[in-house]
Amino acid sequence: MDKPLTGALRDDRRPLTLAEYRSAGGYRGLQQAIKNLDPEGVLQQVKDANLRGRGGAGFPTGIKWSFMPRGVGAPKPRYLICNADEMEPGTFKDRLLMEANPHLLIEGMAIAGYALGASIAFIFLRGEYTRAAAHLQRALQEAYDEGCLGSNILGGPFSMELYLHTSAGRYICGEETALINALEGRRANPRTKPPFPQVSGLFGQPTVVNNCETLCNLPAILAEGAAWYRALGRHEDAGTKLFAVTGNVRTPGLWELPMGTPIAEIFEQCAGGMAEGYRLRGFQPGGASTDFLLPQSLELAMDYDVIGKAGSRLGTGSLILLDDRTCPVAMVQNLTHFFAQESCGWCTPCRDGLPWAEQLLTEIDAGRGRPEDLDTLLDLCDQAGPGNTFCALAPGAAAPIQSALRLFREDFDAHIARGSCPYHD
Amino acid sequence: MPRIRIDGQAYEVKEGLNLLQACLGLGLNLPYFCWHPALGSVGACRQCALLQYRDEEDRQGRLVMGCMTAVADGQILSLKADKARHFRAGVIEALMTNHPHDCPVCEEGGECHLQDMTVMSGHHHRRYRGRKRTFVNQDLGPFINHEMNRCITCYRCLRFYRDYAGGEDLHALASRNHTYFGRASDGPLESEFAGNLVEVCPTGVFTDKPLSQSYTRKWDLQHAPSICVHCSLGCNISPGERYGRLKRVQNRYHHGINGYFLCDRGRFGFGHVNHPERPQQPLVRENGRLRPVAASEGLAELARRLETTERWIGIGSPRATLESNLALRELVGADHFFTGLGSHPNALNRALLELLRLPGVNTPSLREIEACDALLLLGEDITQSAPRMALSVRQAVRGAGRDRAAALNIPPWQAQSVQIAGQNARHPLFISHVTATRLDPIAEATYRASPQEQAALAFAVAHCLCPEAPAPEGLDEQAQSLAEKIAEALLHAKRPLIVTGPSSGALPLVEAAGQVARALLNARPAEACPPALIPVFAECNSLGLTLLTQDAAEADLEQAFALSEHGPVGAIILENDLFRRAPGPLVQGFLERLTQRIVIDSIPSPTLNAADLVLPATSFAESQGTLINNEGRAQPLFPVHALHAERRNSWQWLAAVAGHRALKGFASPADALATCVTAAPELAPLSQALPSAAHPFTRLAVPRMPHRNSGRTAAGANLDVREDQQPQDHDSCLTFSMEGAPAPWLSRQSGIGARLPFSWYPGWNSNQAVHKFKDAVDGPLRGGESGMRLDLVCRDNGWHRPLPVDTEAQGLLAVVQPAIFGGEELSNLAAPVFQRAALPCLRIHPDDAPAWSVADGDRVLVRGASAATELPLRVDPRVARGIALLPPTCPPLGTGPTRVSLRSLGSDPLIATDHPEPTDG
Repeated sequence: MDKPLTGALRDDRRPLTLAEYRSAGGYRGLQQAIKNLDPEGVLQQVKDANLRGRGGAGFPTGIKWSFMPRGVGAPKPRYLICNADEMEPGTFKDRLLMEANPHLLIEGMAIAGYALGASIAFIFLRGEYTRAAAHLQRALQEAYDEGCLGSNILGGPFSMELYLHTSAGRYICGEETALINALEGRRANPRTKPPFPQVSGLFGQPTVVNNCETLCNLPAILAEGAAWYRALGRHEDAGTKLFAVTGNVRTPGLWELPMGTPIAEIFEQCAGGMAEGYRLRGFQPGGASTDFLLPQSLELAMDYDVIGKAGSRLGTGSLILLDDRTCPVAMVQNLTHFFAQESCGWCTPCRDGLPWAEQLLTEIDAGRGRPEDLDTLLDLCDQAGPGNTFCALAPGAAAPIQSALRLFREDFDAHIARGSCPYHD
Repeated sequence: MPRIRIDGQAYEVKEGLNLLQACLGLGLNLPYFCWHPALGSVGACRQCALLQYRDEEDRQGRLVMGCMTAVADGQILSLKADKARHFRAGVIEALMTNHPHDCPVCEEGGECHLQDMTVMSGHHHRRYRGRKRTFVNQDLGPFINHEMNRCITCYRCLRFYRDYAGGEDLHALASRNHTYFGRASDGPLESEFAGNLVEVCPTGVFTDKPLSQSYTRKWDLQHAPSICVHCSLGCNISPGERYGRLKRVQNRYHHGINGYFLCDRGRFGFGHVNHPERPQQPLVRENGRLRPVAASEGLAELARRLETTERWIGIGSPRATLESNLALRELVGADHFFTGLGSHPNALNRALLELLRLPGVNTPSLREIEACDALLLLGEDITQSAPRMALSVRQAVRGAGRDRAAALNIPPWQAQSVQIAGQNARHPLFISHVTATRLDPIAEATYRASPQEQAALAFAVAHCLCPEAPAPEGLDEQAQSLAEKIAEALLHAKRPLIVTGPSSGALPLVEAAGQVARALLNARPAEACPPALIPVFAECNSLGLTLLTQDAAEADLEQAFALSEHGPVGAIILENDLFRRAPGPLVQGFLERLTQRIVIDSIPSPTLNAADLVLPATSFAESQGTLINNEGRAQPLFPVHALHAERRNSWQWLAAVAGHRALKGFASPADALATCVTAAPELAPLSQALPSAAHPFTRLAVPRMPHRNSGRTAAGANLDVREDQQPQDHDSCLTFSMEGAPAPWLSRQSGIGARLPFSWYPGWNSNQAVHKFKDAVDGPLRGGESGMRLDLVCRDNGWHRPLPVDTEAQGLLAVVQPAIFGGEELSNLAAPVFQRAALPCLRIHPDDAPAWSVADGDRVLVRGASAATELPLRVDPRVARGIALLPPTCPPLGTGPTRVSLRSLGSDPLIATDHPEPTDG
């Protein structure tokens, strides 16, 4: 199987040097873009490849780019930002890419920068990813030395400076406009949209923010072509994706698989099924901020629209499993604690609603819950629903709560009825 | 005009608004927190949610935030739908999880926007059982209390303080539901607009500290529509009184002037009204001591003394009302009436008045200043002398960002997006001054030089714009190129503005400001927007006094002094401390030569101490009269509470004189105003303020007290259980009572906006009620604002010829630096303002120190032509060379532009002071 993302990785996972990367076919995509295509051509290629954003929302990358003003009269400078602030609990896909093959990201960014006419680019890296930072820093130096970045990249007319910025923290920096605020030195609160960053982004200039994994797909698309890339997918969506499995499975881990791979295949063949003595009760298909699904959804293909129709989101493609010996209330409480703590404090349903939800879940988990608390919880989830809050953090936080209340209601009721957690007997 | 439907009712609304603005403008109640009419929308609180339907068929609807959604033709909306109501109540419920519910002990209670919105949203039952987060509060200085536990995190304080007012020491710290609004450490908030946080904060995080020392709820305060007397801008204020004590001052909306904001001097500077040493009743000098007497005896004494001397002079005041000045002028005769100012300040005031007369040049209101796109501040530090104007100048400078956002189709109310798109774009602001000012950080260029050199720069700007304007001589290359840059910016701006004032004490500088405006008018195409020119005056009625005396042959204090040297003469000194106006020895000599010294004033002063007869005048809070602000706008003052038995308006004392000196035309405030109308042709528009058939005073009955005022009838029960009759007010449409026309009825009356004593409307107890009295949220009060612009006669005096800069003069040129705190007579009597005043000191440029053998930290003797004073010295590179920058409290050292010499008295022995170390820039 073709693996555009991880195919070149060394077995020992040490980062590929530029020479190693080149010999594995690296920088062919950039070469192809700069030598044989104009920026419009690259954009068309990406559109044709049907690449969708891997940060979680699955927005088509080519369309996102096309909102960026281009051509002669377009404002300058324009910026490209790689969102590498990977902080979603259970998600660690970008980390592998940056630690093990930093040049893949650099090449992807050069290609994107060329298509967008961005003269300055940033990698906004999660602060705790110190190993990725070191590897990227070394790779950046190599890329500059070899003319893959800086002035006249690969001898062509295109120039782009690429800077690595390590975040000072906060999950909200993964929200693209909060990320831009943080990069500007402001508080990491999300911004009003519209205007979208493509119109008024970093320092008020046109800006595109793409997820790290999204950008890492570009070298292969350019090198091998859109049709090849599309054909990698097993269902509607194109290409491959990094899928992770966490929870009490035999072999938790991270795999590159075609889009549209059935969940059961990831769960059973890659992760080896549930560990001895555990039974699957449900799972979050796309990371901590996605709705729970039940085991009967294992047959679904990991495609953006398929998972969406099933009532959850593909998200980051990181499956988090709930087994029959883990208390779902405690699990949701734990997740909610994270989201409440990471609220930026801007809008009310998130800032004040999530800590309240956490407080209720803590009470229920400790056996101090009351029946009416469940209605309050549902109310809080409604309040934090999509469109009601300033950004997507609160709806993401509400997703596991409301789906757990729907799917594992008997557990909540049992906690309240018994006055203690049934999993702690 | 887009047509929208809300809950089945069709409306037409103005294009370009958001739904919240539209709803409030239509008089609908939609709760909100983070939105503010002057600060725009940021969508943080999610309180103003309403339901929007896709089309007629849609029964579900979708929640949208009113403040973040632009109106569009054909929108179908609902405020009342269950889903919207439920969501809004839920937002309050979430906000309340951490709010302490300490309303009974909270000073915001009774005028709390959070209380109002909670009631409006319908949230009443508490489900949250968890703990509340708590914070440690900070000492934010003498103006503001800090109680962070009440915070609902609407971010308004930050957006006002930092984004709108340019403050830097208030931060949002930490995050999530622990977001903390405060300073990095305890200490006074540095911005001179910090007091607005009291009104900007929707709940009780920032409250009025001087008010808490003698606290009264809003519903127990008696208010009046009043005018600030602490500078010449005439901001509209709503002072509140209880038990005869003025408790606080709040902003009173005026569309053209102060809008929603006051400066801290205006808000906290009222202490002179309650000052313990304030003359409470007439004082008669007997055996060298002043003896208090009853009002009737004081009046008899006045009449008796007027008979003792044949010749009388009257000394007026730029801080007294038009009526009082005029009454004195009528009493003593125009030939014997003096402004109470020296010849030089008089000349400056007349020159500033000439600026208002320039034909073709626009006199902008503060609101119009906010739309200007190239600004030149000439020789006046408005941050200190007219602070509210500095806030408007900031908005003008930020206009470049608004323009940039508009080019991206971002509506102006999208505050955050405008800021992002605008980044640090600024319209050009040029500041020419003798030292640094607090606007320097946002200036395109600054010029620090002596007033003469500054005038030369301005004349050069005029010459660059229009070659007919004579060029100055001897301008250095750097100044010349700056002049060209300024000329270029002004010429190409859509709405250029020039600001000047009297602080630098240089007549040529004022004339040069006019020259720039005149040159600009000549240089710009006829169809271009006329250039704007706005002078600042020194005091609240400087312009009114100047208008009364502009044609007088003799109106200067020096002439009054001279008059006293020729034969016996008595003087009536009106609300004026002459020791602030002329060098001490000269004033002393004058007072000693007078046969009679009658002083009418509301504050203690050395002049008052020298009086034979003191008549206690009303402060602004008890006065009825007229003040004329810097743009030539006459505005009425109304008494907040009924007159103290022993006090009178100054003009009332004079009007009570009988015999051959009896005054006609001062029987009542309306009568006095009518007399003013005829006093000078330019004052004719004042007649609009007179009661007429259309606006009879008595029929409206606007209550000065909120209708819930408690204990009114029992307030004096400790003295006499019988209820006193409420004082009657026959001279205005206001009543000293809570009884009168109800607010909803008043809100529909045209012409009442300017007479509103306070903002209140059912369901809207805070100042935010003001939108109920407007037709549009961003518009003026319904039926007009307070005050009327005078019809000043236009006059073109031709080009001024620049004088060569005097390089031969000996000594340093004394320039008094105005100061917002500690720089004004009345507010210096307010303890919190005085606490914020910097330590008085002399500042000179380092290059000037060696010539006088003085060093930083010395105590120096500063000697002028007629007097000397001692001051600590600060050597400061920001001061222009050749300048001795004196503190505002420094007594006059000479008459007119004064040169001073310095002598060191050794190092300053001061080792500790209550004053903050001087900081600026």
